[in-house]
Amino acid sequence: MQISMTVNGAEVTNVIEPRVLLVHYIRDVLRLTGTHWGCDTSNCGTCVVLMDGTPVKSCTVLAAMADGRDIRTVEGLAAGGTLDPVQQGFMEEHGLQCGFCTPGMMLTARALLDKNPHPDDGEIREAISGQICRCTGYATIVRSVKWAAEHPRLSDNEQADAGPSEEFADTIPAEEVRS
Amino acid sequence: MMKLRLARPEWLIDINDLRELDFILRNGDVLRVGAMTRHATLLESAEVSRLFPIVSDAERVIADPTVRNRGTIGGSLCQADPAEDLSTVCEVLRGSAVIRGPRGERVIPLTEFHQGPYETAVAQNELLTEVRFPIRPRSGSAYEKVERRVGDWAIVAAGAAMSLADDGTMDDVAMGLTSVGLAGTVTEAEDLLRGKAPSEELFVEAGRIAARACDPVADQRGPVDYKRHLADELTRRVLRRAAVRATDSQEG
Amino acid sequence: MTTITEAPENVAAEGAHHPANPAAGDADRPVGHGRLQRKEDPRFVRGKGRYVDDLALPGMLHGAILRSPVAHARLVSVDTSAALAHPGVVAVITGKDLQGLGLAWMPTLSADVQAVLATDKVRFHGQEIAFVVAEDRYAARDALELVEVEYDILPPLTDVRKAMDPDAPVIRDDLEGRTDNHIFDWEAGNKAETDAVFASADVIVSQEIVYPRVHPAPMETCGAVADFDPVEGALTLYETSQAPHAHRTLFAIVAGIPEHKIRIVSPDIGGGFGNKVGIYPGYVLAVVGSIVTGRPVKWMEDRSENLMSTSFARDYVMQGEIAATKDGKILAIRTNVLADHGAFNSTAQPTKYPAGFFHIFTGSYDLKAAHCAVTGVYTNKAPGGVAYACSFRVTEAVYLVERLVDMLAHRLEIDPAELRIRNFIQPDQFPYANKTGWEYDSGEYERAMRLSMEIAGYDELRREQAEKRARGELMGIGISFFTETVGAGPRKHMDIVGLGMADGAELRIHPTGKAVVRISVQSQGQGHETTFAQIVAEEIGIPPEDIDVVHGDTDQTPFGLGTYGSRSTPVSGAAVALVARKVREKARFIAAAMLETRPEDLEWEKGRWFVKGDPSIGKTLAEIAMGAHGTVALPEGIDGNLDAEVTYDPPNLTFPFGAYICVVDVDPGTGHVTVRRFIAVDDCGTRINPMIIEGQVHGGLADGVGMALMQIIEFDEEGNCLGGSFMDYLIPTAMEVPDWETGFTVTPSPHHPIGAKGVGESATVGSPPAIVNAIVDALSPLGVTHMDMPCTPARVWAASQGRARPPI
Repeated sequence: MQISMTVNGAEVTNVIEPRVLLVHYIRDVLRLTGTHWGCDTSNCGTCVVLMDGTPVKSCTVLAAMADGRDIRTVEGLAAGGTLDPVQQGFMEEHGLQCGFCTPGMMLTARALLDKNPHPDDGEIREAISGQICRCTGYATIVRSVKWAAEHPRLSDNEQADAGPSEEFADTIPAEEVRS
Repeated sequence: MMKLRLARPEWLIDINDLRELDFILRNGDVLRVGAMTRHATLLESAEVSRLFPIVSDAERVIADPTVRNRGTIGGSLCQADPAEDLSTVCEVLRGSAVIRGPRGERVIPLTEFHQGPYETAVAQNELLTEVRFPIRPRSGSAYEKVERRVGDWAIVAAGAAMSLADDGTMDDVAMGLTSVGLAGTVTEAEDLLRGKAPSEELFVEAGRIAARACDPVADQRGPVDYKRHLADELTRRVLRRAAVRATDSQEG
Repeated sequence: MTTITEAPENVAAEGAHHPANPAAGDADRPVGHGRLQRKEDPRFVRGKGRYVDDLALPGMLHGAILRSPVAHARLVSVDTSAALAHPGVVAVITGKDLQGLGLAWMPTLSADVQAVLATDKVRFHGQEIAFVVAEDRYAARDALELVEVEYDILPPLTDVRKAMDPDAPVIRDDLEGRTDNHIFDWEAGNKAETDAVFASADVIVSQEIVYPRVHPAPMETCGAVADFDPVEGALTLYETSQAPHAHRTLFAIVAGIPEHKIRIVSPDIGGGFGNKVGIYPGYVLAVVGSIVTGRPVKWMEDRSENLMSTSFARDYVMQGEIAATKDGKILAIRTNVLADHGAFNSTAQPTKYPAGFFHIFTGSYDLKAAHCAVTGVYTNKAPGGVAYACSFRVTEAVYLVERLVDMLAHRLEIDPAELRIRNFIQPDQFPYANKTGWEYDSGEYERAMRLSMEIAGYDELRREQAEKRARGELMGIGISFFTETVGAGPRKHMDIVGLGMADGAELRIHPTGKAVVRISVQSQGQGHETTFAQIVAEEIGIPPEDIDVVHGDTDQTPFGLGTYGSRSTPVSGAAVALVARKVREKARFIAAAMLETRPEDLEWEKGRWFVKGDPSIGKTLAEIAMGAHGTVALPEGIDGNLDAEVTYDPPNLTFPFGAYICVVDVDPGTGHVTVRRFIAVDDCGTRINPMIIEGQVHGGLADGVGMALMQIIEFDEEGNCLGGSFMDYLIPTAMEVPDWETGFTVTPSPHHPIGAKGVGESATVGSPPAIVNAIVDALSPLGVTHMDMPCTPARVWAASQGRARPPI
């Protein structure tokens, strides 16, 4: 079947098997490998992407269900070459070690901050409670999100409309990008 | 289920585009919740948490926030997992299910909705479209779940709802249990409590009845004696909290 | 919680944000040790990490493994015809096929063999039976369902306590002459001496203590991409490996490919924790798949495969006893351990030590005698045994001694902190020879214990507890004091399959003064690219950002045994410091030639050699590097570069330690435990990057919460693994763990070049006993003196009712 969606600001169209999971579509077809896969049961959250701005587990969404939607992956966080404050925060506060859960954590943090610019520790912990990190013990992730909250980027709200990010254009074969 | 190759539907229809089923509406004394209303929406609704605090209690402990962004009330009810929380919630709120099919629409009480694990009253060619909850004055409700870890299915959970008459006695009261093999609500305890004023003694007795009424099975979450104990303990807790909320309730 | 009690350079409580950073040169960007943002982070936060599953080689195929649905059965037949006919399937490999190639069995890291694909029997639920290679991952999985396997079911052995029963089914009938399930008996210490001390002791506390089977469960599962070049006869294997060099040697032995034709690349690794030390059938199958099809083959296990078939951890049933005088002098400790090693003994540990370093179970206490005896047995469970950040079984040892000491404190009605302090090995006793053969390098235990108590507000917590107990509330305070033994070798005592446990390092200073250091250990998130650059920077004064750290590729790095057992900093860190010093010394000779003076007339300041007495005349390392590669007339015996290499053979292990305090609240009605506070004071010797150290500690503490409260790989009576997904094998989320409170003391290792001891597993080792001690303390008014992990609500409630049971 043919599906089309917007991924990090660029429209993509592909013909896929109907059973393909969104995570596999993003990783194997679009070759955006920053989105990870970590379990079979929607428990780990390494596959979290933003669908229409909301964090979803992309292993539990069929690619076909994302048809017509707006998808944002970790590769789309640093639009325009400038890091999102969340990305900066994770580096400042050692919010990552092996880096495997990090993309999902950062996207959830981005969505949280878009909704609640000044979350407290409890709100941050709850927001990431569907995502597992084996390395950090979470405290530094909480600090990272707070760092981002304390260092907002003025243009945060404009990022979504900024068009295809450089990261994306680098990765996707040109014929698949129609923007 | 499909990912684990346990379910293999021949056809799969994405009903996420049925946006008209994503609503929370009050019609007089009835709150209507569309089947495609997301868990996250229910949790964030101030009206729902004011009218039915049990829904917020339960939604806060259903899966995790990311899953709650996708999961719907209709999906939860129709999956009919014995450890699913909203079934208990809807039953104790005396909710009803609106089911639509080729022959039109029918409305059944939630207590008749579940017909066993993973089985519901919704036929092959039907769709759950809406859940309706009666709004009653001076009412309160509560839900409590014990889980091994946040996001886990319940070891046991209990829900209770009650409405108070002008004299402070319980007009109606309902108790339900999750994950302990109880079909419907704890009617024996409900009959005992109805018409009486809320009291610790009654709640203790209700807990005892609930523990007796359920039929848990041992699994990795716990043995039978523990689950029975929780049925008792949690029934008492939710009754207490529901009573406080009913007494404090301003809704008329 | 920020009180600093002693000299601030070696004792501190860390603030919630930027930890005390005593060693930093420049506050923001230290040239050497100090808090420094990680060099690897820019790629990870952009989603540009490169993990094995991110690789897509041209023409790459995908493999999937058919696994046994039963625990113990004769394999009657495996019919692959339908699978082979499935669209997209390129090959289906069975045990019979491997037999033809001599690859059906592979050697394990413990002198046993393990089936790559089953030929005669299946011996655990999840064992590998067939390997499907297909054009894409979906087709490979489809075809798994089309492989027809006939089993002749045998009785399974899942209860480790019955493994040595005369009527127990013999699991390893593949081994010639094998008539039982016994693997090894091993002991340490002096039994007669210990028994004599016990015989005359005032008080003896005995307890069976079970450390259940758990799993490291890194977020990235195990996997590999094998790319065999038939023309060159060369294999490139990308795999999730914590020990690429050791794997290369083993692949040479197993597959018969000459070692110089094998390149192992361990790219970014999504967490290891011990899970990625061993060689799994899947890696071998990817290689065979590539050889058979002539195309690259990727194999990535799914989460169930990871939990059910790859290296588990622990699974020790320990009969422990501790003897003391009635006034609280601990005299001796002894234990008999039954160790469940699963169906194949594939435990990764030094050859001489089949129970790892368990014999450090004497803990941090000055004892008169100690003895342990460990018996290892086969069961119908997945193989493995040393994993999950345990420092080669130190986890089990520390848990045993710290539970026993706590029980003793309870029996003697002495505060558990006080009892520990009374019995600590004293600073002037180091180096300390314990009763089982270890020589502890350095320690100041009481200082760490007191700092931890101070951060916790220990006395105030005990007052709060007394008030709560009076109201019937269950609050517990648990202490654990651990001594680790990490940084294996030395070579003369330590090897894995004959490979000495040493590590190499190579350092090259380019002509412009930038550097590359190549190391034999591999990061799975520990931040080696940062820490090792900082070690070099500290020694030679080149900023860390100008030092590239190369690791994880056997073609580009010197030989060494890899990252596990907290050995990266103690072993490889030493190698890197020494290679930097070697370069520094060489630079002195070249600088002397450039300055036309004698080497002994030069003095070093960070980054530069200058003439004694005249600091204005000198040469920076960059100038010296240019000189070395330029036209300077070099002294006799100095060649024209500024490079060096070393292989470091540690003279002894290092002995990090720590004092942990945990505060829990238990809901008496439900048995639910809340870890309210956790205070961790760690002493890992010299601290290179405090930020990374804190991160290592935090992660281990969360591991501890997982093990103590929720984790176990269980089996039913048929031998089915019940922990095969993240729905049943639970990992703590941000909601179950508190905001960690950390502090540190610094007691350098006297024998390590920079005094560093390693910290990777300290918290995983030290935290479970603190949490369990806290829970038992909370339940003690109800008469509870012990309960085993995992402390799930059901098990805690049962314990509170006087019905505590072992989990297995």
